[in-house]
Amino acid sequence: MANVPEDLHYSKDHEWVRVEGDVAVIGITDYAQNSLGDVVYVELPKPGDEFAANESFGSVESVKAVSEVFSPVSGEVVAVNDAFNDEPEKVNADPYGAGWMIRVRMSNPGEVDSLLTAAEYEDFTKAETE
Amino acid sequence: MTAPALELKKTPLNDTHRRLGGRMVDFGGWDMPVQYPAGTIEEHLRTRTHSGLFDVSHMGEIDVTGPDAIAFINFVTSNDASKLTDGQAQYSALTTSEGTVIDDLLVYRFSPDKFTLVVNAGTTDKDWAWITSHKKEQKVELENVSANYCQLAVQGPEALEILQQLTELPLVEIKYYHFREGKVDGIPAIVSRTGYTGEDGFEVYAAADKADQLWQRILDSGNYGAASGILPCGLAARNTLRLEAAMALYGHEIDETTTLLEANLGWICKLNKGDFIGREALAKQKDEGPKRRLVGFEMTDRGIARDEQPVLVDGEPVGRVTSGSPAPFLKKNIGMAYVPSENANEGQRIQIDVRGRLVDAQIVETPFYKRER
Repeated sequence: MANVPEDLHYSKDHEWVRVEGDVAVIGITDYAQNSLGDVVYVELPKPGDEFAANESFGSVESVKAVSEVFSPVSGEVVAVNDAFNDEPEKVNADPYGAGWMIRVRMSNPGEVDSLLTAAEYEDFTKAETE
Repeated sequence: MTAPALELKKTPLNDTHRRLGGRMVDFGGWDMPVQYPAGTIEEHLRTRTHSGLFDVSHMGEIDVTGPDAIAFINFVTSNDASKLTDGQAQYSALTTSEGTVIDDLLVYRFSPDKFTLVVNAGTTDKDWAWITSHKKEQKVELENVSANYCQLAVQGPEALEILQQLTELPLVEIKYYHFREGKVDGIPAIVSRTGYTGEDGFEVYAAADKADQLWQRILDSGNYGAASGILPCGLAARNTLRLEAAMALYGHEIDETTTLLEANLGWICKLNKGDFIGREALAKQKDEGPKRRLVGFEMTDRGIARDEQPVLVDGEPVGRVTSGSPAPFLKKNIGMAYVPSENANEGQRIQIDVRGRLVDAQIVETPFYKRER
């Protein structure tokens, strides 16, 4: 069973958001990394880039496939995880911790309210696998 | 209303793959494991360093028997089946009159009048229709026996010692691209020293209802579960292993739009063996020289090439990627592509259009990986 921490917000594209003040920390879920398989390459934006909610901000590649990743919220990228150049497998090993991808200063923090709760996301992934 | 999903075909090991945690995908109409819980990279590396077990029961088998078997096979395929001896196998292709490829296959000779063609899963029905349409006056019997067989591939440097525990056949005596009939774990089987990984190894054919027993016994014999034990491997590892070895995959490097010569498979075009389908076109192309060629490349900048992405030389699109992937053992990003013959030289700098981003790459010698013998 995939790990779905209680204190995070989730998108239907399988990203998670951790709210720290007006900053959203964004990554992909345990369910997503497990579906992808061994991650071998992560492409991320640069600090200063701006994204609208649901806009693609990068890609995650496994041996077999490429998946785009989408920003669940609007805002400006203030930091990116630069560990992936050497250790893309961190996405698999620790998707909610060392596998975080970007930090976004939210331009519309209210967008978080429209994301899924942990319980809702769990139901959503169950429905998807059935 | 959505159309009901087509019923996927299953190998005799379908339940076993699910029990082992295989992630099942639709592969050319077959419900097959793309990977097991160990993951593609570990499956790939284990096969290179120890051993891997693959279910390839979806492959098709067509028996060709009768006094004209050699003549018939030599007419529909490009290689020279008359050169085979009993117990020998040969890589060959079914060709169109344009010299393009209906399928690539292995030709097994059991006796001068008994052969088996082993063909790709997704093309078995097409191949059968093609082959039977060319049977005219020749004294041959054709039979599609695909459903009768399971086929398991044991590959890797430890494949021989693992399989040897289950059979009295002297495996060390079976030369590359040769086979013997005998018993494996008491089951009548054909043991062939062939594979699709670039490693030493064997492919074992047996009655379909013996698949589970064979699979389990090979896993046991290979210490499945131990840190360096055999691993069941899915289609994703099969693909990366064959790509490192620069072996063609039907539908990618070769299909009905690519000729054997373009695909560097001139070595299976025996133009002097007598008439065969496509001989004239291939002889003409050999004289003129193919306008494009299949090459191997590796990425020299960060990025992974994927199938179908455009290839550029000096900013101009000149070709396309046929297979692109990370290479888990070589720890590089590699691929194969068609490029104009004038660019098909080692060291040639190219670029791959990776979803709109141009990434530098370089044509390199193939195979990318060659095992030590």
